[in-house]
Amino acid sequence: MFKHSTIEKNLILMGVLILITVSIGGLAQIVPLFVVETTIERVQGVRPYTPLELAGRNIYVREGCYNCHSQQVRPFRDELERYGHYSLAAESMYDHPFQWGSKRTGPDVARVGGRYSDDWHAQHLRSPRAVVPESIMPAYSFLDRPLAYADISSHLRALRTTGVPYTDEMIANARADLEAQANPEADATAFAARYANARQGAFDGNAAVVTEMDALVAYLQMLGTLVRFRDVTPEQLRQQ
Amino acid sequence: MAQVEKDSLTGTDTTGHEWDGLKELNTPLPKWWLYVFFACIAFSAVWVVLYPAIPLQGATGTTGWTARGAIGGIVEAERARQEPMLARLRSATPAAIAANPELRAFALAGGRGAFAINCAGCHGAGGQGAQGGFPSLADDEWIWGGSMEAIQATIQHGIRNAEDDAARTSMMPRFADGVLTPVQINDVAEHVLSLANRSTDAAAAGRGATVFAENCAACHGEQGRGNRDLGAPNLTDQIWLYGSDKASLVRNIGYPRAGVMPAWAGRLDPATVNMLTVYVHALGGGE
Repeated sequence: MFKHSTIEKNLILMGVLILITVSIGGLAQIVPLFVVETTIERVQGVRPYTPLELAGRNIYVREGCYNCHSQQVRPFRDELERYGHYSLAAESMYDHPFQWGSKRTGPDVARVGGRYSDDWHAQHLRSPRAVVPESIMPAYSFLDRPLAYADISSHLRALRTTGVPYTDEMIANARADLEAQANPEADATAFAARYANARQGAFDGNAAVVTEMDALVAYLQMLGTLVRFRDVTPEQLRQQ
Repeated sequence: MAQVEKDSLTGTDTTGHEWDGLKELNTPLPKWWLYVFFACIAFSAVWVVLYPAIPLQGATGTTGWTARGAIGGIVEAERARQEPMLARLRSATPAAIAANPELRAFALAGGRGAFAINCAGCHGAGGQGAQGGFPSLADDEWIWGGSMEAIQATIQHGIRNAEDDAARTSMMPRFADGVLTPVQINDVAEHVLSLANRSTDAAAAGRGATVFAENCAACHGEQGRGNRDLGAPNLTDQIWLYGSDKASLVRNIGYPRAGVMPAWAGRLDPATVNMLTVYVHALGGGE
């Protein structure tokens, strides 16, 4: 029955056999995705991005930063010595899509948050060689233009459909939270209650206008800072 | 479907297919290739048993190997190898390290590596600094002090950051925000230029001297020589963080910027902080 010549001449039999063959490969790839939620070890401290950080992340993706910068400290000793603790899956669990990257023309940025001042980031993005003469990074001085964030709550809502736990309150206040984080003078009690460990600041040095620079620097400054490795080991942080 | 037949020229079987008289040889794969292929399949089966290959939480192979466990062992072994020297570097003061030739050699080598990773982004690969608020560490002009103790404290706690309560902090007022008039700011800028004999308007500089005495001298000193306790830079030399021309001075008096440096005490081992202190002190301007 399963001779080459028989299968070749019997369309329905061939169709059924193709279906079985493809299904095996498909199931091997798809079934793990249904249980992937359980393979991520949750750790304390990881929270969804604040609206300003999310806007900055969108710029990071738009400008293709991932083409030259990875966001994954791999478990090798040289990487740990240089960048800090290796990346945990949970640290990028709210990334859609993730920005792990596989190309390092520039350094890894998974733990860049807090290593430089806001002012350094702004100057470096405007003109990389002004602060790092040997840098080959392009200049992004155009990021000093105003940020378009009228639709920011839609971004939160869209991410919620992929499983990021944004609450109705977060979505309703997305715009206000974005403006509160970008202005160090603003009252941020409600914002801080919604997003733990989120820093307010005039990230580009000018609190009067929310620019794309503000958003990108806010995003870069939180990268790798949510899990407090300096206090505890990941084993202690693991939940469930 | 035609019959499989032996090709008379090559002695190889055909596939049995025929298209308008064209037939295709069914040349078998090389034996060596086939055996390597089968060996790979067998190898993968063994691998799945020995190593973590099933995407379930906590799934490990029979060996119990994990990437996390492996790197932990490697890092611990290396730490243990370095620990005798690191312990000495940790317990000694930077001054004691600098006085001991053996420790000093280690500190300079280790400090050089740590500087390249952690400090060079802002202060430059050779500690030369960068225009725009990133001070040179290779000269003898220090904003917060250039002694071993001062350098160590700056590295540990940083400057004006939000993460360390012991961070060095000071804030120059925004004199353009209703404190001084534009004319007064111009005059005081001329006065500051005159401190290094660069003023081109003696009358304005003279008027600015009064403004300086009332508004600036408290931190920068009556002679403008600065005050390290307050991080107020010396204004009488040729070293300027944010530009030395008059336009930069006017801008900086009106809307001063204040540099921020992260605290490294939590990020770096105390031994590394000590090595960095000795290294920075040795860059050229240590006191």
